[in-house]
Amino acid sequence: MRGATISFVALFACVSVAWAETVAITGGTVHTMTNAGVIEGGTVVIQDDRITAVGRGVAIPEGARVIDATGRVVTPGLMAPHTTLGIEEISLEEKSLDYGLDDEHFGAAFSVAEAINPRSTLIREARIRGITRAIVAPTDSAGPFTEEPEGPIAGQGAVIHLGSTDDFVVRNPNGLYFVYGEGGAEVSGGARGGALLRLREALDDAIDYSENRTAWEEGNRRSFYLHRLDLEALQQLVSRKIPLVVKVQRASDIETMLQLASDYDLRLVIVGGREAWLVADKLAAAGVAAVINPLENTPASFESMASSLKNAAILHEAGVKIAFTIDTVSDPHNQPNIKQAAGNAVAHGLPWEAALRAITVNPAEIFGVDHGQLAAGQEADLVVWDGDPLEVTTYADHVFIRGREIPMVSRSTLLFERYKDLDFEYPPAYRN
Amino acid sequence: MKRWIPPNPVATLLPFLVLVAGCESAPEDAEAAFASTYQSLPSQPTVIRNATILTGTGRRVDGGDVFMQNGLVSAVGEDLSVPDDTLEIDGTGKWVTPGVIDVHSHLGNYPVFAVEATSDGNEITDPNTAQVWAEHSVWTQDPGFITALAGGVTTMQILPGSANLFGGRSVTLKNVPARTVQAMKFPGAPYGLKMACGENPKRVYGGMKDQAPSTRMGNVAGYRAAWIAAREYLDSQEGGGGDAGPTVRDLQLETLAGVLKGEILVHNHCYRGEEMAVMLDLAKEFGYKVGTFHHAVEAYKVADLLAESGTCAAMWADWWGFKLEAFDMVLENIALVDAAGACALIHSDSGISIQRLNQEVAKVMAAANRRGMNITREHAVSWFTLNPAKSLGVDKQTGSLEPGKMADVVLWTGDPFSVYALAEKVFIDGALTWDRNDERYQPQTDFELGLVDQEEALQ
Repeated sequence: MRGATISFVALFACVSVAWAETVAITGGTVHTMTNAGVIEGGTVVIQDDRITAVGRGVAIPEGARVIDATGRVVTPGLMAPHTTLGIEEISLEEKSLDYGLDDEHFGAAFSVAEAINPRSTLIREARIRGITRAIVAPTDSAGPFTEEPEGPIAGQGAVIHLGSTDDFVVRNPNGLYFVYGEGGAEVSGGARGGALLRLREALDDAIDYSENRTAWEEGNRRSFYLHRLDLEALQQLVSRKIPLVVKVQRASDIETMLQLASDYDLRLVIVGGREAWLVADKLAAAGVAAVINPLENTPASFESMASSLKNAAILHEAGVKIAFTIDTVSDPHNQPNIKQAAGNAVAHGLPWEAALRAITVNPAEIFGVDHGQLAAGQEADLVVWDGDPLEVTTYADHVFIRGREIPMVSRSTLLFERYKDLDFEYPPAYRN
Repeated sequence: MKRWIPPNPVATLLPFLVLVAGCESAPEDAEAAFASTYQSLPSQPTVIRNATILTGTGRRVDGGDVFMQNGLVSAVGEDLSVPDDTLEIDGTGKWVTPGVIDVHSHLGNYPVFAVEATSDGNEITDPNTAQVWAEHSVWTQDPGFITALAGGVTTMQILPGSANLFGGRSVTLKNVPARTVQAMKFPGAPYGLKMACGENPKRVYGGMKDQAPSTRMGNVAGYRAAWIAAREYLDSQEGGGGDAGPTVRDLQLETLAGVLKGEILVHNHCYRGEEMAVMLDLAKEFGYKVGTFHHAVEAYKVADLLAESGTCAAMWADWWGFKLEAFDMVLENIALVDAAGACALIHSDSGISIQRLNQEVAKVMAAANRRGMNITREHAVSWFTLNPAKSLGVDKQTGSLEPGKMADVVLWTGDPFSVYALAEKVFIDGALTWDRNDERYQPQTDFELGLVDQEEALQ
């Protein structure tokens, strides 16, 4: 009983100081991801939700809690660029899925942001392993048992941080999601051309609507195929405020999307990009970023015959901004493994720092949020690692999100504590 | 009524009855059917010098040598003397382990090129398809075999899928490029029987086909009915069937009877702890042994029961949440099962993950060591080498670097518990089968030829 009281007090004390405190993380190898580069034995000072100083020999504010990171590595929090965190709990349980709409009525207007559950068990698992921000993206399907998904325009994604249950949507929308290639064809009548017809019609309608809204409202303009809410949602796309984020794999499909984006003057980001290395120069010339899984090296389908472990290195070498995801379909549970993906990309020729950028600052820049750099004034998302963060043997010791140190607890850590020895006096249910 | 008798037994069985009656001898027995024609590739006596060697048996030799000849590990030690004609490989700064073994692969029957035409892993037509053999689906030109080889995989078990209570017979292959599956079959490896617990069979049949089983209790009733029939079949075979004579050969019951005779190993897809406990009791009821639970996400909850029954658990490092029975993941699962004294091992079930099972094990080792479990590399290496060999019943032949065992060996560019290490050379039965630095030893399947325009790719 006495033990329980003490632990409760300790927990309370921890929570009370964690929300608004001054912390100095000292002695670590600090990867700033800015022009300051790597600072050996550097100090990072956090006050409330922001970083206030980064450098060697930085003064530690009076009263600061000091975390000795000597021999450890400090990086920005990792950012997962393509997930269904908060909108998918158990992949085969439809009631736990909110990533897609099986409804012909809406497309572009469908938004995931308001449905995101910040209390998801996945979020607590992801963040103790170093993920502090994520893109939450819609898909073209309502779930694994949906008979016929409707249309290639999946809807709008959002950017979240994983640090609290309030005010967790950082940017909404971050992009309009479209599915091309084999997946796009499948939901558009069976051919790639069908997906393109639907997209062009949406874009034409949206542009016409933006130029002739008053006339349309007065009934003096042609009718639109799209619903009014879809037309509204597309305005941010056609005005270049958000990118068109296209799931696409085949080299020729990527080229088609580059042409379409050029025709309509759209910003473009590709997700998947298994054959992107074949058209790396064209992506670089168009300034189009690629969200890829660098582990995808097998010809999984007709659209990915040229899949290669060299994809990341070649894209980077050509000047394409890359970000790493773990699965370009839907695998929210394993997002912490983006760092393993990055490490493998290094093993296959990508410079180490470029790999770390692909899971920190690059996704932030691609989707227009401030994140992924350790610099005064930045929101304090950072991780203290027990070694090289790209190593499979490395785990996070401390995780800060917006200045708050995250309790290193998830269902998996609680289950471990419960079952670490099987010598039970009482059944495990009494071990809390 | 005996389960294996079709609706119109006389008409359906007539051709078989006639055939059997017309033969002097018994039908060709299962052991002889589709026999292995495996031949190792050409090899020469080879010594790897001055490497860090993890033997798979808990031994580590720094600055050690591995000598292979005649397809076998000949010696492991320091400054080995070898015959004059031995090929010397400098292992300085490099590491050597036994070949990686994956007990759960669908390469060949769910190839990495995953289109409708290649989907041959699940015979989803009846909850009991013990009569099918995975090897009859294997497409030898699956490019996944080669990418797995590049990841150091020398042996793997190809299993039927998990849609059915009894999915069928598995096959263990040596990972050599070949024109026929027979030429890949691991000589002398026992067959396995794939069984599946939990969500998959009840979803596929009750949920999608509106037939039994639709519940977990329906699953167990299905197993029990099948084992009752298998016991009767075995008795009739062994006892000559009494007055009625031997029962007509039945492929489904033959495989199940093989389990009861202890000749075929049970590989049981089973996630939840209480289901594993039920399956262990089921095995007791019918007098067989559960060899290995696969996808054993909750093995850590019943590790003591596994140790007691001598049952292996094949696990992932960290996969979870794709269905409810995979909700209770802990990163330390393999380490906890191992610490309880049970046979613990990694497995992939994936054409991507199979390429880096060493990394998957490294994640578990590091997570466990952060909890104070003190697991060494020389111990953890057994989770992707010797323990999978035990699971497959081939640990007398392979899985560790001990004199007299098959020289299935990987030379890594560095510490195989690092994300940056790659398999540099892979030897199978002492023959160089993959070499990262020599294109002559980088095989390519027929399927891959001409897929990518080399002129464009090299630009």
